[in-house]
Amino acid sequence: MKFYNKKWDSFSGDVWKREVDVRNFIQNNYTPYEGDDTFLVESTERTKKIWSKLTEMFEVERAKGVYDAETKYPSSIDVYGPGYIDKENEVIVGVQTDAPLKRGIYPKGGLRMVENALEAYGYEIDPMTKEIFTRYRKTHNEGVFSAYTEEMVACRKSAIITGLPDAYGRGRIIGDYRRVALYGTDILLLDKKQQLERLDMHEITVELIQQREEVSEQINAMKRFVKMCASYGFDVTKPAQNAREAVQFVYFAYLAATKDQDGAAMSLGRTSTFLDIYIQQDIAAGLLTEEEAQELIDQFIIKLRIIRFLRTPEYNDLFSGDPVWVTESLGGQGIDGRTLVTKTSYRYLHTLYNLGPAPEPNLTVLWSANSPENWKRFCAKVSVNTSAIQYENDDLMRSDYGDDYGIACCVSPMKIGKQMQLFGARANLAKCLLYAINGGRDEKSGVQVSPAFSPITSEYLDYDEVMQKFDQMMRWLARVYVNTLKIIHYMHDKYAYEAFEMALHDLEVQRIRATGIAGLSIVTDSLAAIRDCKVKVIRDERGLAVDFEREGDYVPFGNNDDRTDQIAIQITEKFMEYLRQHQTYRNAIPTQSILTITSNVVYGKKTGSTPDGRAAGTPFSPGANPMNGRDRNGAVAALASVAKLPFHHAHDGISYTFAIAPNALGKNMEARVDNLVNLLDGYFTPNGGQHLNVNVFNNELLIDAMEHPEKYPQLTIRVSGYAVNFVRLTREQQLDVISRTINDRI
Amino acid sequence: MAITGKIHSFESFGTVDGPGIRFVVFAQGCPLRCLYCHNPDTWDAGKGKIEMTAQELVAEVVRYKNFIQKKGGVTFTGGEPLLQAAFVRDFFTLCQQEQLHTALDTSGCLLNESVKELLNVTDLVLLDVKSIDAAEYKHLTSGVLDHTLAFLDYLQQIGKATWVRHVLVPQLTDNDERLHQLATYLKRYSVVEKVELLPYHKLGIFKYEALGLTDPLAHTESLSHERLQHARDIFMSHGLTVL
Repeated sequence: MKFYNKKWDSFSGDVWKREVDVRNFIQNNYTPYEGDDTFLVESTERTKKIWSKLTEMFEVERAKGVYDAETKYPSSIDVYGPGYIDKENEVIVGVQTDAPLKRGIYPKGGLRMVENALEAYGYEIDPMTKEIFTRYRKTHNEGVFSAYTEEMVACRKSAIITGLPDAYGRGRIIGDYRRVALYGTDILLLDKKQQLERLDMHEITVELIQQREEVSEQINAMKRFVKMCASYGFDVTKPAQNAREAVQFVYFAYLAATKDQDGAAMSLGRTSTFLDIYIQQDIAAGLLTEEEAQELIDQFIIKLRIIRFLRTPEYNDLFSGDPVWVTESLGGQGIDGRTLVTKTSYRYLHTLYNLGPAPEPNLTVLWSANSPENWKRFCAKVSVNTSAIQYENDDLMRSDYGDDYGIACCVSPMKIGKQMQLFGARANLAKCLLYAINGGRDEKSGVQVSPAFSPITSEYLDYDEVMQKFDQMMRWLARVYVNTLKIIHYMHDKYAYEAFEMALHDLEVQRIRATGIAGLSIVTDSLAAIRDCKVKVIRDERGLAVDFEREGDYVPFGNNDDRTDQIAIQITEKFMEYLRQHQTYRNAIPTQSILTITSNVVYGKKTGSTPDGRAAGTPFSPGANPMNGRDRNGAVAALASVAKLPFHHAHDGISYTFAIAPNALGKNMEARVDNLVNLLDGYFTPNGGQHLNVNVFNNELLIDAMEHPEKYPQLTIRVSGYAVNFVRLTREQQLDVISRTINDRI
Repeated sequence: MAITGKIHSFESFGTVDGPGIRFVVFAQGCPLRCLYCHNPDTWDAGKGKIEMTAQELVAEVVRYKNFIQKKGGVTFTGGEPLLQAAFVRDFFTLCQQEQLHTALDTSGCLLNESVKELLNVTDLVLLDVKSIDAAEYKHLTSGVLDHTLAFLDYLQQIGKATWVRHVLVPQLTDNDERLHQLATYLKRYSVVEKVELLPYHKLGIFKYEALGLTDPLAHTESLSHERLQHARDIFMSHGLTVL
C-alpha cells in the first residue's frame, strides 16, 4: 500500500488508498439522500453574529466600491498572517488577506490593471511594489503585448474579440480542493515528487522542461500552503480527522487558490457530497448534531461569499457586481445510477434561507431526470423563493464528463482534477457579419481591421453573397482569435502560472481551450431576414453599411421554427469547425461557449445596426437567448429553439437566461414548483438544453429596487451564467434585465 | 377533405389555463361580446391568422411533448372553441392518442351532437360562467345564461371533470350576493372540482385601441387583491375548492 492514515480504516474502498482518486473515495462511501427538506435547521447564534457583522461591512463596501485594499504586498499564499471576522464565533476560519473584505493585489497578471483599480477607489500603489513590477519583474500583461501582432491589437480595440484574459488571471481552473482533506499534504507532496521522477526521461525536451518546472512550482506552493494553514493553528499535512477539519481543509485549499490567483472565475468544484461523507460519519457517531453540521456549511458558505478581487471599473462594466464565480456543482447522478444528492447538498442550498439570497457561491444544480423528486421540488422552491441558483443538464454532460465533473465559471464542464481550461472569452459574431458586409472595416471607427476583403456593394443584400463573405470573415476571425489565445496562454503559464491550483490536479492534465461567441441570435435573425425579406443597405459617406431597411417579415430565432433555428445551428458548427482547423497551445482540445455573461450590454454598445432590425447600440441578448421580444410563441418555444443548438459543437456551454413573474409561472407556490420542475425536466432531456438560469420575480419589485437600492441589499438575480446583486448592476443592465422578464399572461 | 381550424395564436408555456404546463391554442371567432373581454382580437371568425388541419396542429404540439406530458397538456381556448367543435374533436382525439391531457376552455354556449363528441375526447372542461343571473349574463355577454347552465347539466350527466371559471369585475360581478348565489348553485354539481376566480385586469386594453374598438370598461379599475380574497372566502364558505 502506497499511502496510509489511520482515519482511513473507517472508510471503504481501496483504489483511492493506493492512488489519488477522490471520486473512488466518494463512490465507496457516500450515502444518497432521497428524503425531503424537513430535517434542515436554522443557523446557530454564532453564525448569525458573524453574518450580521459582515452585513454591516457590506453596506460600507457598497457605498465605497471596495471596503479596503492592499497597496503594497502582492497577494500570495503565505504573505499574510491569520485574519478573522469574529474569531470567537468562527468555526471555519481564514480570510484572503489580513482582514475580511480587504482586497489583495495580483500584479503578476498585469501592473496597470492593479494601478488603475487602486486609483479608481482612491488608493495608490506602493512605489517600491510598482518599481519591482516595472523594472525587475515582467508581468503576464507585458508578455502578451510584447508578442501581440498589430492585427490582434486592432481586433481587441474594435471589440470584435473582447474580454480576453491578457491583463488578469485567466481563471476557470478548478483545483481538486477535496484532495487536501482526504489525503493531507504529506501524501500529495509525495505524489508530486513521484511525478517529478516520472518526468526524468532520457531525452529532455522543451515540453519536459516546462512540466518539470511547473511540478516544482506546485511543490513549493503546497509547502507555502502548509505554512498558511499552520498560521491558523491547523496541521494539514495529515488527512482530515473529522467533519469540521474536512470542511476547513477544503476551504483552506480553495482560499489558498484565491490568494495565489485573481482568475476571472475561481470555481470551487463539487464538494457537497464529498463533505457529506465526513458529516454523516460524525453524526452517526454522535460527534456532531444537525445544528453543528449546518453551522459548518453556513460558515463555509459565508467565507465563500466574501471572496473578493480588485477589478477596474471597465472590467465591472463587462462583468457586473463583483463576480468571482465560486461555482459549486450540486447533485447529479452517478454512472452506477445512484443519485449523488446527499443531505449536505440540501444544506448548501439551505444557506440561501439561513443567510438570505446571495450571488456567491454560484450554486449550480446538475439536473437529471432521475434525481429524487423531493430534491427536484426543493431546488424549484429555492429558485422561486430566491432566484439564486442555476441549472445544468447532467444527463447531457455525464456521457462526456463522467460523474465527478464540476462547472467552472458559468457553464464550462470539466473533470475535477483531471481537466483544466485555457479561457478565451469571446468573439462578436454580429460584428463579424457587419465586417463581411463592409469588407473588414469597422462599422463604427471605419478602421480596416481584417485584411481588405471586397465589401458588398449592392443596394439589397443577397443571401448567398452575404453567406459567402461571412464565411470568409469567420475563417479570418477564427484564425486571429486562436492565435491570440496561444500568446495569452503561453504568457500566462510563463508569468502567472497557477501553481497551487495545478498542484491539485493530476500530472497529465487535459487542457480545454475555450473560445466563445456572442451575438448568435442577432446573426441568425439577420441571416433569416436577408433570406426571407428584402434588406436594403444604408451607407454613410465613408461607404460603410451603417443601417438597414427591411421589407417583409421573417420568423426570428426563439420560435421553434426549424428553418430559422437551422441557421443558428449551422453558424455554431461552422465557426467551431474553423476554430478546429488551427493548432492549439499545449495540445488543448478546442471548444466554444455561447455565453455573454453581462457583457451583452457592452457588446451592444460597440456594435452598429444589424440587418435583423436591431438599432446600433442596443444590447445583445444574453448567451444563447433569442433577441428580446421576438419570441412570439411563448417561453417553451424559445427553450426548444435553444435546445437545438449542438452541444458537441459548443462543449463549453450554452447559456439561457429565463425570467418570469411568479403569477406567470403558476397560480400558487405548489403550481409554480410543479411547473418549474416540469419545465426543467422538459428542457434537460439527454439531447436537450445545457444550461438554464431561472429568475422568478415581479418587474414592479425590480423597478422599486432600481429606485431604492438601499431597501434591497440582498436581492439576487441570475444573469448569463452567474448571479448578481441586482442593485450592483449598472442602470443599463438593470433596464435590460427588466425588459426581458415574462409578465403575467394576458 | 380534412377540416381545418381557424386559429388566432399559440402559447407554448401556458400556466394559467388548466393544470401544469400547457400548450394553449387560441381559437379564432367568438359569438359572445363580453364587456370585459381581454382578447377582442379573437372575436371575428373571419380573421383567422392561421389555418391548419388537426394533424398539422398535433404535429406542432408533439414538438413540446417533453414539457407537457407529465402534469400538463393541451388547452383549447379562444375565442370560442365550440364554434369549431368538429375540428377540436379531431385535434383532441389525436392528442389523446399521444397521451396528452386535453382541456377545453368554453362558455358552454352551444350543445349539439358535434359538441358532445368533442366532450368525449376532452379530459377537463374549464367552464366559464360569466354570471348566474340571466339578465346580468345578457348584459355582460349578449349571450344566454341557460345555454351555459344546460351545458353544465350535461357535464354532470356524463361525469366530466370541470373547473368553473368566473371573472370578477369591479362594479359588475364583484357582488357578494351574486357570488353567494353562484356558489350555492355550483355546489350541487359533483363534477365541479374547482372554482377559479379570475380578477379583471387592464392588460388587454391596448388591443381595443389597435382594433379601433371602444373599450366598454375603460373606466373600470383592476380588481384589488383584497376583493379577490374576499370572493375566494365566499366560495370556500360554501365548501367549494377555489384555485
